[in-house]
Amino acid sequence: MSTEVKQEWPLWEVFVRSKAGLDHKHCGSLHAADPKMAIQMARDVYTRRQEGSSIWVVRSDQIVASDPGDKDMFFDPAEDKVYRHPTFYALPKSVDHM
Amino acid sequence: MQASIELNRTPAVHYLLRIGDTCLVLAQRLGEWCGHAPVLEEDIAMANIALDLVGQARAVLTHAGQLEGAGRAHDEDQLAYLRDERDYFNLTLVELPRGDFAFAVLRNTMVATLLKLLWQRLAASSDAEVAAIAGKALKEARYHQQHSADWVVRLGDGTDESRRRTEKALKQLWLYVPELFDSDDVEAQASASGLGPAWSELREPWLAEMQQVLDAAGLAMPKEAAFRSTGKHGVHSEHMGYILAEMQHLQRSFPGGVW
Repeated sequence: MSTEVKQEWPLWEVFVRSKAGLDHKHCGSLHAADPKMAIQMARDVYTRRQEGSSIWVVRSDQIVASDPGDKDMFFDPAEDKVYRHPTFYALPKSVDHM
Repeated sequence: MQASIELNRTPAVHYLLRIGDTCLVLAQRLGEWCGHAPVLEEDIAMANIALDLVGQARAVLTHAGQLEGAGRAHDEDQLAYLRDERDYFNLTLVELPRGDFAFAVLRNTMVATLLKLLWQRLAASSDAEVAAIAGKALKEARYHQQHSADWVVRLGDGTDESRRRTEKALKQLWLYVPELFDSDDVEAQASASGLGPAWSELREPWLAEMQQVLDAAGLAMPKEAAFRSTGKHGVHSEHMGYILAEMQHLQRSFPGGVW
């Protein structure tokens, strides 16, 4: 038995897939003591109104995020590179969903 | 004030009210946790369980009221709010006061395990309506059992204080276990007609599932008590009157009130 009792539960990010075939979407966060509890809490907090068919949770401190200060450097240079969009190709009719 | 209804207590009605009232009264007790659970997430989880139980109670009470027979039938609201104490047949276990969180999750585990086993059997009921209710309720009960049992394991195998509280709750609640499986003529008739099992048949699987949970929590299963509570027969603990007063006063003061 651990002698130190943590007063705060870790934070988890919750991703819910609304139906098969779609992607899991981030829908919020919650506190839970362990992975199993996090899944159950996510079920109870975020899928009460039939929003879900699958749930992912991940510890918030395991997510590596880009620095908001790097926003200009990271994202602005893409602004004038329209040639990166695949809109200059004629697609065969049989290719759907591009 | 609205007077009490006269219940047509046939064995089938009595059998169904044991189930419906157990769901109804536990839901009322769980509702007392709203705004008081240890964390927001669990607050919502408890309320979800309570609302599932209200839904199950509604379905079972509605059907029980129809089985009272032509001219004597009652609707779910009349059955929920206008019966006298002796006409409620819930397990005494569920009417005990809210207790602390350890008490709440242990009681939920005990009741959800029983209801899960019961719904499994009722899914094959000779009464098609009961079988349909059971099919839906079984999924809910499985989750209630898992969610609550996980908490019992965390608390039993947690800190000194959580363990002490869980052990205390176990000692208090185990007194009321014999009543669960104390079968009588009402259940014998249900079993004979195919309506549902005598609850004594659920004793072995219930004990086996509870043993698993208690083992994982590092808790010893108490010995069976000699005490026999009698809520299933309509003779309740001193707590029942208070919970009914709270549940009923609105319908008694404003008959038929809706919102």
